[in-house]
Amino acid sequence: MATEFPAHHYLNDGYGIKSWLLTRDHKRIALLYLIAVTFFFFVGGAFAVLIRLDLATPPGDLVSDDTYNQLFTMHGVIMVFFFLIPAIPAILGNFLVPLMIGAKDLAFPKLNLLSWYIYIIGGLMGVYVLLTGGLDTGWTMYAPFSTRFSTTRVVPAALAIFVTGFSSILTGLNFIVTIHKMRAPGMGWFNMPLFLWSTYATSLINILGTPVIAITALLVAVERLFRFGFFDPALGGDPVLFQHLFWFYSHPAVYIMILPAMGVISELVAAFCRKPVFGYSFVAFSSLGIAVLGFLVWGHHMFVAGQSVYASLIFSMLSFLVAIPSAIKVFNWTATMYKGSVSWQTPMLYAIGFIGLFTIGGLTGLFLASIGVNVHVTDTYFIIAHFHYIMVGGTIMGYLGGLHYWWPKISGRLYPEGLSKLSAAIIFIGFNLTFFPQFILGYLGMPRRYHAYPPEFQVLNVLSSAGASILGVGYLLPMFYLAWSLRYGKPAGANPWGASGLEWTTTSPPPTENFPVTPTVTESPYHYPSPVVKHVA
Amino acid sequence: MFDIPLFPERASTIAGEVDALYFFLVGLSGFFALLIATLIVAFAIRFRRRHADEVGAQVHGGLLLEIGWTVIPFIITMVIFFWGAKVYFAMANPPDETLNIYVVGKQWMWKVQHVTGQREINELHVPVGRPVRLIMTSEDVIHDFSIPAMRIKADVIPGRFVQIWFEPTNAGTYQIFCAEYCGTQHSAMIGRVSVMEPAAYQAWLSGGTAEGSLASRGEKLFADLACNTCHRPDARGRGPWLAGVFGHSVQLQDSSVVTADENYLRESIMQPAAKVTAGFQPVMPAFQGLITEEQLLALIEYVKSLSPAEQPQAQPAGTQR
Repeated sequence: MATEFPAHHYLNDGYGIKSWLLTRDHKRIALLYLIAVTFFFFVGGAFAVLIRLDLATPPGDLVSDDTYNQLFTMHGVIMVFFFLIPAIPAILGNFLVPLMIGAKDLAFPKLNLLSWYIYIIGGLMGVYVLLTGGLDTGWTMYAPFSTRFSTTRVVPAALAIFVTGFSSILTGLNFIVTIHKMRAPGMGWFNMPLFLWSTYATSLINILGTPVIAITALLVAVERLFRFGFFDPALGGDPVLFQHLFWFYSHPAVYIMILPAMGVISELVAAFCRKPVFGYSFVAFSSLGIAVLGFLVWGHHMFVAGQSVYASLIFSMLSFLVAIPSAIKVFNWTATMYKGSVSWQTPMLYAIGFIGLFTIGGLTGLFLASIGVNVHVTDTYFIIAHFHYIMVGGTIMGYLGGLHYWWPKISGRLYPEGLSKLSAAIIFIGFNLTFFPQFILGYLGMPRRYHAYPPEFQVLNVLSSAGASILGVGYLLPMFYLAWSLRYGKPAGANPWGASGLEWTTTSPPPTENFPVTPTVTESPYHYPSPVVKHVA
Repeated sequence: MFDIPLFPERASTIAGEVDALYFFLVGLSGFFALLIATLIVAFAIRFRRRHADEVGAQVHGGLLLEIGWTVIPFIITMVIFFWGAKVYFAMANPPDETLNIYVVGKQWMWKVQHVTGQREINELHVPVGRPVRLIMTSEDVIHDFSIPAMRIKADVIPGRFVQIWFEPTNAGTYQIFCAEYCGTQHSAMIGRVSVMEPAAYQAWLSGGTAEGSLASRGEKLFADLACNTCHRPDARGRGPWLAGVFGHSVQLQDSSVVTADENYLRESIMQPAAKVTAGFQPVMPAFQGLITEEQLLALIEYVKSLSPAEQPQAQPAGTQR
């Protein structure tokens, strides 16, 4: 049976640049984010390629010391603030929150558009920093290096972070109000898809944590411009205070980046096993548990930073506790596959990749939470490997899995299945080759942020650089075939996966108002009666 | 080239303890990673979708399983916590008798100052079998003194002293890295620890170009800066006499009591008004910005060298056991 493309949908509801730049449709705003975030992903990725090229040989011979320091700084700033934090919430969250709860739009559509413009202004400030001298402080901007010694564009960069933060705050606010107030009749809290629970938890962190980084960035700018002594000991300040403020946001920010991906994985595992997520309420509450505990563990970034022994002990213990909700999720996803109808379509491959890589990332977190081992491996490549397993192996796998899963809904078309499986495999292999050797390098003692390194570390670095080139190919492929599918892909039909969830009950792409009539929810979000009536494309 | 190291050298008493916990964690992680991977692959194959309309079994959860995989990870993580805390306590608490060496970091070099007077740059000579305590500060930004073979590191922070200790077990040379990003030549801020047999170390000590001990340099500075006009052993000094102060508690004007460690001496020289000894007026000028870190070290070492025997009849004012 040939599926046909709907005659009216959000993509053809108005043409021309104004219909996009002034849109209040959450789905179009999601696409605006998709374009901007993808741009920053490839800029940040290009910097990573240059870093790995330089590190293929022990001496720093490809670029100068200062250029290298700017490369890893801008890689970090762009990937964290302009890719990882907005990627899943602002693209998939924007597109899906109203669809999943059966609403016409978010609670504040104009605010939603404003969030995108704030993000773009912050992003343009970031580009301005890049074009006018860059930044060399590391994304962590530790004082007093950032407030006195760096000769690069610290103040504009701090202001860019300050501005961009408001985008996250407003989006978080919008999601919280929407989830509270706009659920379709019959959709209780425990009838919500788990993606919404994790989006909700993420939004809480966003509105509580982001103001702290905004103020901290402002303090850096003020100390640098007016020599107020907040952090610089020469001015009477305390450099460790900066680290407390910075990590008070930036550790929860890790959960801002990973929680939405966990939500995506719950959806993928359920849809591609056609089965309810095992232990729904445990998975839901573990998201909130992570959000709350995540605010209490920032000191584990500072075990060697002059923090008191007892503070370190408490932060160490709490860091172990925050591992538990993550472990609960992994076990529940695995158990969901038991007696499922497991499909090996592309999104499920990403979900399986996520579970494996996130498990390694989480387990290596135990090494770091344990102070006795942390002292040796902190500030080395072990840390780099650990958080890339979480951020790249976790968040990006979740993001790409989600993008593939909902792409037919977003675009109304199917992407080439063989090519997408191939690129998922390339990404998995490239990722492990890039980052696994870095664990070994880290235990050997190779410090992070080193432009030149002793020759005995070369073989492992070459492996890592080779992996990065494979990974780069893996990331480029989806950009091409997804773009290709926009024009040449087969029409997807409303529900190409035979998945449950309100978003699959409307046409692909959905009409501007999402649903012709407001749906009434009578079933749990992962209701798979046997046999499935929908046809798989 | 094909001699690829996969594990770092082990050259301190603590290194074995760190490695033992590390191997435990590697084993534990390997077990759980393999367990999850095996289950996922097995389920993906065993329960693969066989026809397009198939759905999964309607299993919603299991309370016993949930409790199990909450409680068991909790117990395991607490074991790791206590083990890691035990190793950390050993790292954080140096023995009573240590060989003290001062380290000053600056963009982009390590300056080492021995109590006996020797100075080194990006080199550190220590004897085998004796606990070494490094008392470290920075002249500019935050650095981090890291010796992977000893499994220790600490951020070196401007405006205060931090300390680490290790007891070398094997003669040889080991790498020093700066592990906290500090600007342009961060990756060139490296050096070597030379661990020597005791006899060789003695020979090194006597063969150097030391210009008198650090304390004797401090004594001269104490006079040059006219510290001795106020800090004097008779009761007429405007400042407290300093013999025997180090390592003991000092009563302050607000009747709180602090222990006179290196950080207290630093603050009392750089910002004397911050903590004024009971019975004295805050008349001492601040030396912040007037003396270098090295001069400060000399002064501190001189104060430390003033043994209580040199003190006059009475206990020094404000000092108590």
